[in-house]
Amino acid sequence: MVNKPTRRTDDIIGKDLWNIQLDDNGQLKHFLTIEGLGTNILNQILDTAESFAGVNESVKKVPLLRGKTIVNLFFEASTRTRTTFELAAKRLSADVLNMNISVSATSKGETLLDTLRNLEAMQTDMFVVRHADSGTAHFIANHVAPHIRVLNAGDGRHAHPTQAMLDMFTIRRNKGANFGKLRVAIVGDILHSRVARSQIHALNTLNTGEVRIVGPKTLIPKDVESMGVNVFHNLEDGIQDADVVIMLRLQRERMQGALLPSEQEYFQLYGLTEARFALAKPDAIVMHPGPINRGVEIESSVADGERSVILDQVTYGIAVRMAVMSMTLGGNVGGNVGGHMNSENQEKKQ
Amino acid sequence: MKQILIKNARVIDPKNNLDKKIDLYIAKKKIAGIGNAPENFNPQQTIDAENLWLIPGVVDLCARLREPGLEQKADIETETRAAASAGITTLCIPPDTDPVIDEPAVVELILRKAKLAKQSHVFTLGALTAKLKGEHLSEMASLKEAGCLGVSNARNAVSNPLILRRAFEYASTHNITVFIEPHDKYLSTQGCAHEGAIASRLGLNAIPYAAETAPIAQILELIRDTDIRVHFGRLSCARSIELISDAKNNGLKVSADVAAHQLHLTDMDISSFNSQYHVIPPLRSQRDMQALRTGIANGIINSICSDHQPHEIDAKLAPFPATEPGISSIETLLPLTLKLVDDGDLDLSTAIASITCNPAKTLGLNSGHLSIGQAANLCLIDPEKEWIFSNNEILSHGKNTPFSGWHFRGQVVKTLLEGRSIFSAK
Repeated sequence: MVNKPTRRTDDIIGKDLWNIQLDDNGQLKHFLTIEGLGTNILNQILDTAESFAGVNESVKKVPLLRGKTIVNLFFEASTRTRTTFELAAKRLSADVLNMNISVSATSKGETLLDTLRNLEAMQTDMFVVRHADSGTAHFIANHVAPHIRVLNAGDGRHAHPTQAMLDMFTIRRNKGANFGKLRVAIVGDILHSRVARSQIHALNTLNTGEVRIVGPKTLIPKDVESMGVNVFHNLEDGIQDADVVIMLRLQRERMQGALLPSEQEYFQLYGLTEARFALAKPDAIVMHPGPINRGVEIESSVADGERSVILDQVTYGIAVRMAVMSMTLGGNVGGNVGGHMNSENQEKKQ
Repeated sequence: MKQILIKNARVIDPKNNLDKKIDLYIAKKKIAGIGNAPENFNPQQTIDAENLWLIPGVVDLCARLREPGLEQKADIETETRAAASAGITTLCIPPDTDPVIDEPAVVELILRKAKLAKQSHVFTLGALTAKLKGEHLSEMASLKEAGCLGVSNARNAVSNPLILRRAFEYASTHNITVFIEPHDKYLSTQGCAHEGAIASRLGLNAIPYAAETAPIAQILELIRDTDIRVHFGRLSCARSIELISDAKNNGLKVSADVAAHQLHLTDMDISSFNSQYHVIPPLRSQRDMQALRTGIANGIINSICSDHQPHEIDAKLAPFPATEPGISSIETLLPLTLKLVDDGDLDLSTAIASITCNPAKTLGLNSGHLSIGQAANLCLIDPEKEWIFSNNEILSHGKNTPFSGWHFRGQVVKTLLEGRSIFSAK
């Protein structure tokens, strides 16, 4: 018999994971995951954010997205992330609608698609989505009307790309644009962390010298080395000579699932103390996506110390989210608009 | 009664080691002659099957028809019609209907509906434990009396090993085969993907190998030194095949099947969050897929089933972990099995045996072969017909399949049930 290759065709649900983020010109259309985006796109986000960081300090608002309506569609509770998305949208002069769906529609039996159709009918332009299920942002991007843009504000354990980009922005501001000379250690609950997954993709796309992850075996996903990381189970070894140490938040639920015995033992083994932080490079910075559990994953003196950039991360979060919103919704703008914005600001300053 | 002559077909019957171009004679709903016409044979109908294969009607070990209880997804009438179009003349449904098949009245309801549909023969398994809850034994003897071919707890694992042991002993007392879908609900962590690089990358709750292999190992120890027959269904792991191979070598009466889609798909296929690939057990690695194919080739796995699970459209329209698992697969059982022959992994006889006489034997049915005196349950196939499978054209009420767009070679031309045509290609 003849061995005939089998051809598979795309169907409605399963278009390519990565390409749906880009339009036909290779420009960012949705922002769902870092994975599959090129170094050029990530640098474009960082450069654009750089220009907006200046905007934030001088003028509070730019008219880039005037007349656009952005919906914060949060199926999972969040204060900090939702607030920074809201601020970013408002500083771009967009109208913002906050929807906390967990308490309204789905409890009445309305499906996710029903909710989307209703919001589409209100002539909205962008959905910023957070949901407890991995893959939700992709699902929504595959099913919304063509003019609507989707930003992933966290889907299950899968991705949190704007958080990762604000972390990259923080690293670049502190350590310069050459990621190749950097050793970055991500410490804690990698298994449940969408932040860690997006950070790993971003760091590798930006050609970081070495990406390490550190944690007990119960909190490290299987075959994670294939994402381009070196795995350590001992904190001292893992942060040795690191330039950047990223501590992840430990959720209390992990104690119930037999993943960890106690917060005390976790802090003893994986808590970042001053003594341990001294093992990293002398000019190393420490980061944390927040909110911090003081005394669980990090000692207060380190979190508040001079090498902590944790509050910078929050500030930069707005600029990075402005960058992604303007790139996806503002048409073919990219870094040029950032430059344009700068000059506009200078005019206003004068 | 009508007499039918099917002439010039290549008749393939693995059980009787038959594979040659020969005429087949049907009288009184039965096979009356092979090669030689029976006495006084005067056919009212002659089918010229030149260039076609004639095989026993396909036997599907596990197909969910969704009735009773989930008629929004499908029902017995629609799904047996779909089965007939795919060459299936006999199928067996697991007991996880609503209500559960744990009392004879439910069996009678299903069999009556199936009889009214006048399509493929339908058999059922009964529940191993009442309501499938794993707490009390079901009335297995009554269920057997009502027509159940075996007992099973379907996907609802019995977590208490003492109850499981007693259920085995009780089933054994009544000479009933126990069908197991090995799966540990704790180790599965409500997961939806194979534990490996893909699930780690996508951030999906992962199901480790041990969720399947640990229950198999436990059950094999529980049934040591007994003469009970246990059938392990829907295997997905290479290690499971090793365990079952060892058990067979130790003389245990065990058998196994695999769902056809597990022989063609891997966890790579879920990497775009396409919910059509969401199945339980999950699609595993390339290595597992190849081991499953080899397991059929060397006889450790004796059957391939459809594991048919039709869904309404909404069941798959959600983020991947929130979708319902399963494929509407009754119409791909035969083409996916034949494709294994094209791929060079199975010889034709083994492939056909795995969907005819082998599953029939596991179910305790004397069917799935072409012997004189057997009911004339037959399937005619055009082996060279190339066609593109499309979920828009399938007869199943469930359109949920990842195989839409696949090219297949070999298509059903006609299905006969007791000599009566239940499907003819246009």
